[in-house]
Amino acid sequence: MDMLASVVKFNWTISQNPFGENPISWILNLLFYVVFIAFIFYGQRIQLYVMLREVEGSLYKLKFIKDEGRKVAIETIKEIGKPQTDPTIRVDRFLEYFTIGPQNLDPAGVVWKLEHILDVRDVRFKDEVKLMAPASDETQVNNLENTLEAAMALNYIYKVIRHFYLLGKKTLSLYVIMQIQMILPLIMREAEAYANALKAFAYGQPIGDGAGALVAGKLMHGYETRKMPKDCVVATVPIEGRTAYVIKAEGPGGNVGKPGDAIEQLINENKGKVSSIIMIDAMAKLEGEEVGEVAEGVGAAIGGPGVDQFKIEESILKYHIPINAVIVKEDIGDAVSPMRKEIFDSADKVIERIKQVILERTKEGDKVIVAGIGNTIGIGQ
Amino acid sequence: MSQGKNATQPTRISSLVLLIIFITIALSLTALILAANNFVNDPVVAGWLILIGFAGVALSTYVILQMRRRVSRLRIEIPPINTTIECRKCGFKSVREFQRGDYVFKEAEPCQKCTDKMMITAIYREVKDKDKEREKLRI
Repeated sequence: MDMLASVVKFNWTISQNPFGENPISWILNLLFYVVFIAFIFYGQRIQLYVMLREVEGSLYKLKFIKDEGRKVAIETIKEIGKPQTDPTIRVDRFLEYFTIGPQNLDPAGVVWKLEHILDVRDVRFKDEVKLMAPASDETQVNNLENTLEAAMALNYIYKVIRHFYLLGKKTLSLYVIMQIQMILPLIMREAEAYANALKAFAYGQPIGDGAGALVAGKLMHGYETRKMPKDCVVATVPIEGRTAYVIKAEGPGGNVGKPGDAIEQLINENKGKVSSIIMIDAMAKLEGEEVGEVAEGVGAAIGGPGVDQFKIEESILKYHIPINAVIVKEDIGDAVSPMRKEIFDSADKVIERIKQVILERTKEGDKVIVAGIGNTIGIGQ
Repeated sequence: MSQGKNATQPTRISSLVLLIIFITIALSLTALILAANNFVNDPVVAGWLILIGFAGVALSTYVILQMRRRVSRLRIEIPPINTTIECRKCGFKSVREFQRGDYVFKEAEPCQKCTDKMMITAIYREVKDKDKEREKLRI
């Protein structure tokens, strides 16, 4: 009975002072309740501020990368192009250029409209670069154009992230800021890749995207080449008793050419008597796959806006020509930054694969087209 | 929308955060001084004050170090690029740093062994083993 009384008394004592006897314990308990209640009512807002802070940190980094890109572009133009006046204003104007895609409400013929717009853009960019850097030759103009395009991409990424950051800050909407915070790591990877690409373009170093051009260059080296439309070259190379027309963009300036037009012309020149087309290109790898891994498949292995892929598919359909693809796997960072050794070493493996495909899929005396796709910067022929 | 000077730009370190850090440091130091003064009279309270003081100082130092690290991380690393030059005749091979104007299949300086013209056969960057390990860990 005494024991029960003491327990009751003890409990009574506790319930009399829920924060405890000790003043420190009292303060800590009070603090806990305050934080608990604050989190109930303001938890989402606190989360929002944490996200905003994270985006702000990345935005600062993006601004730094973008400014560096602009600086590299201006310095390279001054160094190579020897302009009479300061190119800064022109460069700043160039960084703000935009291209409006064609209206696709009626999709018939949209490819030709897109091709025309891309041609206009290309001519405009080249003219601008020539005005900025009058002393540069054709190769340097191409490299400078690529450098400016990388700086332009960085400028655009920065502005889009800044837009969502400011919009999130203005509206205090968790969902506006959350969508940008979630994809931020991927965007940062892309921005860092473009930052690396800037230097590669400025110095004319081969980039990972040039894996296809490198393979074609290795195959055609030592053979006579002729020019093809547009900015492409072709060489007639005997491979395993077959006649191979090896195509690549004309190097060593930064250039992707129009392999679609070149393949179309070759097919027409041979009146459709082409046994197979083999396309070589760099392809985005999945995480976990090795850089420089070689894989084989079918289809037109070519990226970009789709105009060249469309043209190739149209041409092969007309004559029912089988199309094979050999690809080199790499991630976006590797594709636009200086070529990694693994990718360089994979070129010989790709050549072996091409020979194997030719042996298995064609007969002796047949004609085949081997197209090395990609930016040929830093790769001759 | 142009990139005008009036457009809101993210600051390097927010002034509000800096103010909070300085207030925390000041309060933490006050707690430590009070702890030193009360150590003989009330050791329990002094103990709590020491705990709070050190925790405050540690937290502020951590936040400052994190900010410094973030600022120092901001630089574009330029990886070293190698150029391999090969003699087609005698097979002599040399690797040097990339120079502006180099490109694959470009004729280079004469061979040191047979004086025949050499050719650039490769331009590449090598990724450090540490980075490769990190790539593998992503699996």
